[in-house]
Amino acid sequence: MAVTHTLADLPFGSDAVLAQLAVPADDAARLMELGFLPGAVVHAVRAAPGGDPRVFRVDGAEIALRRETARLLHLLPVP
Amino acid sequence: MSGCHDCALAAHVDSGATSGVASVALVGPPNSGKSSLFNRLTGLRQKVANYPGVTVEQRHGRVRLGAGRDVQLLDLPGTYALQSRSEDERITDDVLHGRMPGIPRPDAILLVLDSTNLARHLVLAAPVLSLGLPTLVVLNLTDDLERRGGSLDPAALAEQLGAPVALASAATGRGLDTIRQFLAGRFAVPGRIPLPVAQNIPACRLWAGRLASQSTYRAPAPPLWTRRLDGVFLHPVVGPLLLLAVVLGVFQAMFAAAAPLSDGLEAVVGVAGQWTGALLPAGVVRDLLVQGVLAGVGSVIVFLPQIAVLFLFIGILEDSGYLARAALIADRTMARIGLQGKSFIPLLSAYACAVPAILATRTIESKRDRLATILVAPFMTCAARLPVYALIIAAFLPNTPLLGPVFGVRAAALLGLYVLGFLAAVGTALLLRSTILKGDRAPFLLELPPYRWPTLRSLGLRLVDRSRAFLTRAGTVILGVTVGLWLLCHLPLVNGQAPDLTHSVAGTMGRTIEPAIRPLGFDWKIGVGLVTSLAAREVIVGTLGTIHGIESDAGSAGLQQALRHDLTPGGAIALLVFFAFAMQCVSTIAVTRRETGGWRYPLLQFSYMLALAYGGALLAKALIG
Repeated sequence: MAVTHTLADLPFGSDAVLAQLAVPADDAARLMELGFLPGAVVHAVRAAPGGDPRVFRVDGAEIALRRETARLLHLLPVP
Repeated sequence: MSGCHDCALAAHVDSGATSGVASVALVGPPNSGKSSLFNRLTGLRQKVANYPGVTVEQRHGRVRLGAGRDVQLLDLPGTYALQSRSEDERITDDVLHGRMPGIPRPDAILLVLDSTNLARHLVLAAPVLSLGLPTLVVLNLTDDLERRGGSLDPAALAEQLGAPVALASAATGRGLDTIRQFLAGRFAVPGRIPLPVAQNIPACRLWAGRLASQSTYRAPAPPLWTRRLDGVFLHPVVGPLLLLAVVLGVFQAMFAAAAPLSDGLEAVVGVAGQWTGALLPAGVVRDLLVQGVLAGVGSVIVFLPQIAVLFLFIGILEDSGYLARAALIADRTMARIGLQGKSFIPLLSAYACAVPAILATRTIESKRDRLATILVAPFMTCAARLPVYALIIAAFLPNTPLLGPVFGVRAAALLGLYVLGFLAAVGTALLLRSTILKGDRAPFLLELPPYRWPTLRSLGLRLVDRSRAFLTRAGTVILGVTVGLWLLCHLPLVNGQAPDLTHSVAGTMGRTIEPAIRPLGFDWKIGVGLVTSLAAREVIVGTLGTIHGIESDAGSAGLQQALRHDLTPGGAIALLVFFAFAMQCVSTIAVTRRETGGWRYPLLQFSYMLALAYGGALLAKALIG
């Protein structure tokens, strides 16, 4: 099974645990307020028509992120 | 330590209620239903103003509680954590700490949280309660929570928080009585509880999660209907087609359904003018009232039906949750030209009028993206350009059919002008991205709320509120400018009589700019029209009618005849191109100044669009002759 490294690689319909946010501090705070915290379980829901942005479910809410942001959110390796 | 919510209410501290009206701030994260609650509590007794020196809207209103107990309610911009990263959040933070000049520190707080998202929204309770102000925690959307099988124990939560908790639903009106009781009673300071440091977001999340579980919070089942609807609305093929259908529907309603209303209002203004004319003796005062004031009011009012229809549709889209999906679908395309999904609806609105479009950019959190959207919006073909286009096209182009009986040369020309404006917007957005708005951008984050039925009450309130804002903002500017221009057309007095337009100040201005516009094929008469149309683009039609002394609607054969005498075909096309590009609209300049907080951007925008208009017109004249 392929190991996924960032949120951008997470296949739709699957869950993963966030490891770290490789973004500037202000952006990280904004993401964390929406629930993208290290340790949080994120579910990849679907993509917008055309493939980008993608919709993620975290802590009961659905949030859309562009690929350019999602690929900076690193995931814990799948055991 | 922490009292129960009833005792907390009893241990009162009377703050401010004796010295005039108490002020209560409404605080909550985005999408918590804060504004609906504000509307429910204040009805139409609300006012909108800007905070001093910044562009954030300040919305306040009075809650009627009877017997001198009225409360002034202040709706603060949405915030997740009371940090001051964006301008909006800084306002909320400053007001709550009493650091905002001219606004007294609130006497109490209504903290509005979405009960279907409690663990997430409770994070905001930490910084808000640490302010030490009397606070009522309002758990909103409880109808939704219960419908989806969620529950919680409000008394347990109140005990944990040391502050009273009310279960509410702005949609059904549940809990409003409790909120009114809190507002009418004497405010009690919250009990002291250990709170995490607000800057430490992970600690706040842990704290909020623990609070939720200790108050036996059961999260609601996922919104099944939202999943199903998103399967359709965000479908790779069906989704974009539905968005296209929605956009065309809004356009159709704006132009077809609103037209009879506009005609009706125009007729009413016309009759009012006739009555005023008949009542007053002939003279300068009558002319100023009829041709200046009433004509000025009329030129704004005729746009109101279109704009009201637009607001109604945007209200439905926003309250139902579809607007976020539209932004999501549009984002990929908009990103290519340096804009984003949330720019889509403002730019769509700009096809009616740039003023509401620029006001609608407030939903864009990224300052850079918001500015880019404001700067390109006036290129969209607004309704005020249509009478100008109609007149010139009818005067100069034959109605030769091209494709079938409906689509002829004239329709093609009109479509071409729409495309021209659109291309100018795209080009400008690309230019902005690589010049003054270059650099790092905040990430695009879009929360997709569950779908909800919009309520008539909320739609109606929004419609009235937004229409009123448009009328006061555009109306006062256009009225002032129209009266000013009327004076320019009727001064200086010659032997106590108004001069004819040729010798008036406006006529002189037209002749002064004639050397500059001569290369475009425009004479001084067009020059006067260019000056007067700064009030609103369609004013040039009436001005040209006045100069030629003929009845002045766009269908007037006499005016078309006169124009064919004044302009070569190349000059006519140049005039069309000029109007497609130029920012001939004082209201838009005024609203850009207001929303960007200074003269820098409106002046830049005006000069840039004027230069583009001049260059484009010059090119058109050179090509066609």
